[in-house]
Amino acid sequence: MSIQSKDVEYVAKLARLNLTDQEREKFTEQLNAILQYAEKLNELDTDGVEPTTHVLRLSNVMREDVVQESLSKEKVFRNAPEEEDGQFKVPAVLE
Amino acid sequence: MSTSKYETVIGLEVHVELHTKSKIFCSCSTEFGAPPNSHTCPVCLGHPGVLPVLNAQAVDYAMKASMALNCEIGDVSKFDRKNYFYPDSPKAYQISQFDQPIGLNGYIDIEVDGKTKRIGITRLHLEEDAGKLTHIDGGYASLVDFNRVGTPLVEIVSEPDISSPEEAKAYLEKLRAIMQYCDVSDVKMEEGSMRCDANVSLRPHGQKELGTRAELKNMNSFRGVLRGLEYEQLRQAEILDEGGIVVQETRRWDESQGKTFSMRSKEEAHDYRYFPDPDLVTLHIDQEWKNRIKASIPELPDARKARYTTQFGLPSYDAEVITSSKQLADLFENSLQYTTDAKSVSNWIMGDLLGYLNSTGQELSEVKLTGQGLGEMIGLIEKGTISSKIAKTVFKEMLTSGKLPSQVVEEQGLVQISDEGAILAIVNEVIADNPASVEDYKAGKDKAIGFLVGQVMKRSKGKANPGLANKLLIEVLKG
Repeated sequence: MSIQSKDVEYVAKLARLNLTDQEREKFTEQLNAILQYAEKLNELDTDGVEPTTHVLRLSNVMREDVVQESLSKEKVFRNAPEEEDGQFKVPAVLE
Repeated sequence: MSTSKYETVIGLEVHVELHTKSKIFCSCSTEFGAPPNSHTCPVCLGHPGVLPVLNAQAVDYAMKASMALNCEIGDVSKFDRKNYFYPDSPKAYQISQFDQPIGLNGYIDIEVDGKTKRIGITRLHLEEDAGKLTHIDGGYASLVDFNRVGTPLVEIVSEPDISSPEEAKAYLEKLRAIMQYCDVSDVKMEEGSMRCDANVSLRPHGQKELGTRAELKNMNSFRGVLRGLEYEQLRQAEILDEGGIVVQETRRWDESQGKTFSMRSKEEAHDYRYFPDPDLVTLHIDQEWKNRIKASIPELPDARKARYTTQFGLPSYDAEVITSSKQLADLFENSLQYTTDAKSVSNWIMGDLLGYLNSTGQELSEVKLTGQGLGEMIGLIEKGTISSKIAKTVFKEMLTSGKLPSQVVEEQGLVQISDEGAILAIVNEVIADNPASVEDYKAGKDKAIGFLVGQVMKRSKGKANPGLANKLLIEVLKG
């Protein structure tokens, strides 16, 4: 089928997921099943149908350029594992 | 090093921060310099379940910038997610535009060594800025300030039409001027509201296909761009000269060391997996909207430059320099409300003003000179109230205090002495004290008169009318 074990490995790497060999095999199977199911859509004749990116019949939803109050400091850091000097502290990233 | 063997090919990606009041997808302020994370909310912090709502002003600005860069505006535009993990991006994706940007296929004209060249602009798209990282604890941890997340940016991508570091600098300067004139951004490279990445490659003259390119980052000033590109041009030429192969990679310009360094941490091509952002609906841009934006575009640098040469007779070079900054051009035109001598205004700007800014490293916004001050000062010279020499003192004072010239002249007693009697008294003193020069003059050495006039000026502390001093000296000496 279309998805190979190495594709799953690549996607997992992009998503920063560590998979065991068993998981990788299982997901390869499952992803293939999902893609196969979605394949059905290809049976439809879409000639003359405009590409769609949204199902909502809405466009140009915008707001005026007006400043409103931001979150309080206390709320900003409520979900932060670590805070220092009013900033989020994270493991170092290499430049 | 033989860079002349190769043709340099440069394409620039420039990010410009739009100066909206609020962020692009939420109502947090975009104010610069606020305490860390004080301008954040669930939307820009990337909390689950929140919905971004597009700032209409950001779209207007992006359209305005596109039109000013001669881009076509599509009828349909949409937003896409660019996926990557980095702590400066709380959502783990950046909202950007992939295949339907706001502007496409534009161009600007630049001038280098008196020659005009057209540089193509591939596209202009809207996106959100990322946060700011500070590295601490000897490199073991980083601190994140999300205030900048969601500041609206336009990314302007040029065609690889740029052939030298000088052209790259000219392109950036023109881009900055256009953004300034359109009033969509502060465009200050040093403050990060304008940022530039460059793709650079070399190829032997006459070769069609492009050489392998390096992507250059972190050039934070116009000078940095120039030096970074010059360095990279030389580095690649050396590799090619030795028969080596240029590696496709991202390189970081180090201003203090004057070198570029490879940023490659892992051999891994980026895969951003762009897809349409389901949270943001499509933009349909109708003709009426386009017309409204079109009507808001002011006279742009090229048009102003042309007008300055035809209407005021300025040399092309002077007109180019003055119109390269909107502030400078506005100062020029404001001055002309107070004097009709455009050439004189231009000379003071080109010479004394730019010289002062250059030597002090200041920005025009930091000096207090006004158009009224400059215009009126030129009027005072014309009327003979002050000499051009005294005007230099007045000019310096106006730069720092912002006072009007008449006030400076009065406060410092700088009025030119045009009273014949007063000058005659000094002339007689000078003649009495300089018998040798007087003899020289009488012996036919006309040059001696220059020295004597100089003495009169010195004794009058520069205030004597030099023409009158000259005339009176000759009269007395010829008896």
